[in-house]
Amino acid sequence: MSSTTPIVSAADVVKTFGDIVALDGVSLEFDQGIVYALLGPNGAGKTTIIRVLTTLLRPDSGTASVAGVDVLADPKTARTRLGLAGQFAAVDDYLTGRENVEMVGRLYGMTSANARRRAGEVLEKIDLSEAADRNVRTYSGGMRRRLDLAASMVGRPQVLFLDEPTTGVDPRSRLDIWALIKELIDAGTTILLTTQYLDEADQIADRIGVIDRGKLVADGTANELKAKLGGDVIDLHLQADDCAAGLRVVAEIAGEDPSFDADLNMLTIPARDGVNTLMETARRLDENQIVPLDIALRKPTLDEVFMAYTGHTAEEVAKAPKNGGRGRRGRRTE
Amino acid sequence: MTATTATQQSDRAPGRLISDIAVLTQRNLLRNIRLPQVLLFSTVQPVMFLLLFTYVFGGAIGQAIPPAADGKYVNWLIPGLMVQFAVFGSGQTAIGLTEDLSKGVIDRFRSLPMARSAVLAGRTISDVFRNGFVLTLMLLVGFLIGFRWQTNLLGLIAGMAVALLFSFAFSWVMACVGLLVKNPEAVQAAVFLPVFPLVFASSVFVPTATMPGWLQAFADNQPITVTVNALRGLILGEDALEAGQTTIGQIFLAVVWASITLAIFVPLAVRLYRRTVN
Repeated sequence: MSSTTPIVSAADVVKTFGDIVALDGVSLEFDQGIVYALLGPNGAGKTTIIRVLTTLLRPDSGTASVAGVDVLADPKTARTRLGLAGQFAAVDDYLTGRENVEMVGRLYGMTSANARRRAGEVLEKIDLSEAADRNVRTYSGGMRRRLDLAASMVGRPQVLFLDEPTTGVDPRSRLDIWALIKELIDAGTTILLTTQYLDEADQIADRIGVIDRGKLVADGTANELKAKLGGDVIDLHLQADDCAAGLRVVAEIAGEDPSFDADLNMLTIPARDGVNTLMETARRLDENQIVPLDIALRKPTLDEVFMAYTGHTAEEVAKAPKNGGRGRRGRRTE
Repeated sequence: MTATTATQQSDRAPGRLISDIAVLTQRNLLRNIRLPQVLLFSTVQPVMFLLLFTYVFGGAIGQAIPPAADGKYVNWLIPGLMVQFAVFGSGQTAIGLTEDLSKGVIDRFRSLPMARSAVLAGRTISDVFRNGFVLTLMLLVGFLIGFRWQTNLLGLIAGMAVALLFSFAFSWVMACVGLLVKNPEAVQAAVFLPVFPLVFASSVFVPTATMPGWLQAFADNQPITVTVNALRGLILGEDALEAGQTTIGQIFLAVVWASITLAIFVPLAVRLYRRTVN
């Protein structure tokens, strides 16, 4: 495989469900050996694009390929090269962890001996060897997620698709899953994952695509995305009495209205010249006899990035009640 | 990576479809073994029907049944109940499918390089085994309360085979119901809707002779009656059938009905499966 061919690519993918436009012309591509995170709120189209790329859903128009195989023209071959762990752990409660993984191995076309050996390897890797012969019914939520990951890895896929791998798991299991993803990358697997969490994308992704309302609105490394906002920002924490004067002062420097959090008495302003802007701000505050409680120069957060590209924060949308729970997945548009 | 691909390909034998079906059949059966209480509860209903009808209605209905039943209503009832619960048991196909759909298991299967039809075939075949087990338990209770075959053991075994063929065919109907309804809770009610009138407007419990003419015409020719007749011929002997009917003839009709059902509902279920999950 030549390194110039993107391992995953999609071009102008459109998918509608009735009146709802789930994907409104999504194009993305990336190279082998990285973690690509699709970041977006519920209903943004994350799951839909994963379903297209994993051959589960035919788009209305557009093209998509995985590991050099056109998923629309040759889904059978594509399936030999990809692994999928969906939003809900698709494991059987009444089978043991080992039986679950072995079954998927068999369905990848391995002989039972090969499937057994491979299941042992994978369970070892995800640290479930001890619980492997217990019924999955006795597993915790985090263990089920890890087992689901194991099942998706058993066929040695070139590309792994993980749909919200850490949604609904406890913080410790979340760290375990992150560690596992890093290990997989080191072993040469490429991973596309979706997440609603900005910190998750920031922590584990080499590249991030911001998706909103069926469109990819930004694409790049975390630093690139932050840089597009115009560099660093200054957080300025003031006494309540100083806020009005402070706002006036920074407005002169920033040339625009700074964002102001009235609960925290916190002003945030873009620092176009980095440290110079910081020093200028400090000087002007001093001239006006305003002593800040705290002043700091920092990189913008992904939250601010998301806000800048979509006009709303990721949390705003994500806080809306999650539809359904595990039982219902009738007509999902996400 | 090249080595991996090579291993995977060498593993892929021509009998891939069969092995995929076997893997999924085994998976579905394991559930029954791991959760034996569910299987035992599934036999409660047939046993309840058996006891209630034998002891509550048996005395009254017993007068109306052909002498081939040796004067015992339970002998008449057992072949009928075998077919009734062959059909009721096939409802499990719909329930199992909707559960797999709602848990995302079907998505996992569809993302694997496996034979697509194996999901439906593995489900319907495992349900045949399951129903065979339930019917056998019901027969054992039947023996305890006085059921005896009037032909020979071979007749009973052949009767069981006909009942299970019918159950397999109906499982494909139920697969369609499951794929249309999709919701595991709603499907419980949906599977009994088409089945209940069919079961009662048949010769399962009583001979059709006392029904009004229009109903009798329907009851005599519908698949459940024909299949029950085939079983009665095999288990009780040809005298249990109405004048002009032969055991072979009724078996032939039962097999024709099952074949027609399969010919319609297998392709329909496969199409619905493709559409539902897309």
